[in-house]
Amino acid sequence: MKDLSMEELTSQYFDVLKELGNIGAGNATTALAQMIDCKVDMSVPQVKLLEFKEIGAIVGGDDQIMVSIYLQVEGDVEGSMMFILSKSAAAHLVNKLMCGMLGIDEKNVDDYTFGEMECSAIKEVGNIITGAYLNALSGLTNLKIYPSVPQLGIDMAGALLSVPAVEFGVLGDKILLIQTKFSDEIDLDGYFILIPEVESYEKILTALGVM
Amino acid sequence: MSEIIKVGMADLKTCSGEDGVTTLGLGSCVGIAIRDPGTGIGGLAHIMLPDSTEIKNNSNRPKFADTGIEDLVNQIVRLGGNRSRLVAKIAGGAQMFAFGNKSDMIRVGERNVLASKKKLSELKIPILAEDTGKNYGRTVIFYPKSGEFYIRSVGMPEKVI
Repeated sequence: MKDLSMEELTSQYFDVLKELGNIGAGNATTALAQMIDCKVDMSVPQVKLLEFKEIGAIVGGDDQIMVSIYLQVEGDVEGSMMFILSKSAAAHLVNKLMCGMLGIDEKNVDDYTFGEMECSAIKEVGNIITGAYLNALSGLTNLKIYPSVPQLGIDMAGALLSVPAVEFGVLGDKILLIQTKFSDEIDLDGYFILIPEVESYEKILTALGVM
Repeated sequence: MSEIIKVGMADLKTCSGEDGVTTLGLGSCVGIAIRDPGTGIGGLAHIMLPDSTEIKNNSNRPKFADTGIEDLVNQIVRLGGNRSRLVAKIAGGAQMFAFGNKSDMIRVGERNVLASKKKLSELKIPILAEDTGKNYGRTVIFYPKSGEFYIRSVGMPEKVI
């Protein structure tokens, strides 16, 4: 197993990761709905194994400005995790969370700079969403998973995604992306990227009884 | 009609004449632009990791600073560039997230820059200009004929180095 690369993940493992993605994203959706006190629907997540050069296009272009939450994971599973969403989706969530107090114009967010208060709100959203996701993973596998304090990044998609891509880059030439569409009044596209270290893949798959 | 050729992550492309090469959203990756000012032949490599010898799965040569630069130089020479005249400009190598800890993975931007400089100096290619480090992404466009290297970042004016 030491030489596991992303390409060698058989379809069985892939299904397991997909299911984890599904449950994790489901949990995250519930958490989100509770937080913004509003019904939130979720589409079935799509799990994709992508070439590095494709990931930017999937999220809407390499130079598309996106908001991302990145955190490190410690405990039985080591690695990192990223949750990424568009700037307008982030603005929508902030408006919801703060009851529209800041009144950000969601249609024209490209030139808008989030202030300290808004960044803090986005971080909190990210914290809860990623926390719910990891909780699901931890509950399913009985493994201890401790997330670090999340970091917020608002920049070009390519630049943000290069961070998890580099971590996958050590393993192979592909990246595992879980795409989830949330919707309340508007559609919000969110993407999870979970990057366990090689040994952690083994632990997760063993805990689930597939290895 | 000039054309701008896109270079993806872990990829490299060459061009000549009025054409340019671009790569969007460099984060911790480094964009290495090399050209021969005599012929105007040049290219751009978008590398992700510093060293191919540290990693087992290293068949994707443009992914690494060492093998990526080597391949870019060879392609430029094959197109008619003069190896002894080559000059370089580099950009990228940002640290997108600040975790005050351990992992080498976090400092990968800095390591990518160092590895790129080391490889270029081994090949005796002078670095004329650089815009590296910091904590933001960069989109770059390189015109080998003029040597102009445009850098755009979110919320900042475009610069040319």
